[in-house]
Amino acid sequence: MNQSRTFEPADESGTMALGAELAELFAGGGIVYLSGDLGAGKTTLVRGLLRALGFSGRVKSPSYGLIESYTIDGRDIHHLDLYRLGHGEEIAYLGLEDLLSQDSLLLVEWPERGEGWLPAPDWRVRIDDRAGGGRSITVQQTKESTQSA
Amino acid sequence: MQNIIGIETSCDETGVALYNADRGLVGDLVYTQADHAAYGGVVPELASRDHVRKLPGMIRELLDRAEMTARDLDAVAYTAGPGLAGALLVGASTSVALAAALDVPAIAVHHMEGHLLSPLLEDPAPDFPFVALLVSGGHTMLVAVEGFGRYRLLGETLDDAAGEAFDKTARLLGLGYPGGPEVARLAETGDPDRFDFPRPMTNRPGLDFSFSGLKTHTRELVARVAPEDHADVAAGFEQAVAETLAIKCKRALKETRMQRLVIAGGVSANTRLRAELERRLSGRVYYPSLKLCTDNGAMIAHAGWYRRAEANRDGMIAVRPRWPIDSLAG
Repeated sequence: MNQSRTFEPADESGTMALGAELAELFAGGGIVYLSGDLGAGKTTLVRGLLRALGFSGRVKSPSYGLIESYTIDGRDIHHLDLYRLGHGEEIAYLGLEDLLSQDSLLLVEWPERGEGWLPAPDWRVRIDDRAGGGRSITVQQTKESTQSA
Repeated sequence: MQNIIGIETSCDETGVALYNADRGLVGDLVYTQADHAAYGGVVPELASRDHVRKLPGMIRELLDRAEMTARDLDAVAYTAGPGLAGALLVGASTSVALAAALDVPAIAVHHMEGHLLSPLLEDPAPDFPFVALLVSGGHTMLVAVEGFGRYRLLGETLDDAAGEAFDKTARLLGLGYPGGPEVARLAETGDPDRFDFPRPMTNRPGLDFSFSGLKTHTRELVARVAPEDHADVAAGFEQAVAETLAIKCKRALKETRMQRLVIAGGVSANTRLRAELERRLSGRVYYPSLKLCTDNGAMIAHAGWYRRAEANRDGMIAVRPRWPIDSLAG
């Protein structure tokens, strides 16, 4: 299965609202690659997803600490930003295998920095600019994925 | 407890220092891992590997310069958090091992408490109480410091830290790392009023910060201007960050009814921020020396002395990458 959907949020609150749809889509857990330029709204999308799941605390950028983890209703959600990795191998030091439990969800920004070391994604989310403003957000379930939508 | 060595490895700086109960600071060495510039940021594991390489030699040199030996040490204080897990572990394991070998106690120090108490190392030192603004690559927070161990978090960033916003703006403008000095240098020749920038969260009550929207604004601006306009973008961005921080600082003093603001963290070196603070809070801002503003071992040795009652020999290497400042007791 290789299905793809595209959303076109007009602004930041639209991106937040889309996070709620993604929360439902990713309910079974897995790995999500989040791509898009600096400032495109990757962390905003994650914030929307966490809010939809009922998390009301701070959703800080993971850029500095590499990983921000949340436990919501007993389920682990990890938000990673690999931009600052010098080499994909350094993922090994993050203890990624420990984070991949049955229903945990990994949302990974700058996944290309971990190429060759990061497990294959269940979904790819791409955020692009739309001419005239707003964003185009494409959510694609990957071939490799064994998840059913 | 006379001589305390302080070891700081929470991020990219490796710091070691000696604090003497009677004489104050008697030695202070900081090594900045400049190699990180090549990667556009601090590479966590690279950082911890570098701490491993640097620490033993730095400790030896620190003792030599102070004309002391390890046998003169009475306690080993180290940064236990918050920070990068791998980097913290290097400092913590080195410190706990050193303490065990010397048969002296170890003291786990909160990195932010180190920053909050560091102005007391200056002469003259500011009196308690004061409001502290901590602004760096990883943190942006306002803390009411009523006294030792009495810290109240007044506000912090909801998304990006101010230093992170500088680093990311530098990336958007094709500049190097760390972004603060690079953006500031480019901004010197720019017109801060040419482009409009938001002053995030200044028009609503509260003392939290948000710099993510400013980053997005800058990104959209960079996409539609010519390279020769970049200096104006840098100046406008820098001015927006400086004013936003200064407005919140002024509000924090008003809300706490405190008289003095102390700034710390790498971003506190920013000239435009200092000018804004001076303009709005003239005479009420205390600027510690730059050496104490950035990460260093001196503040850890010093805070360790304050925390000497918690010194222990249990040999536990416990780091806390996330450790809220207001969970500390007096």
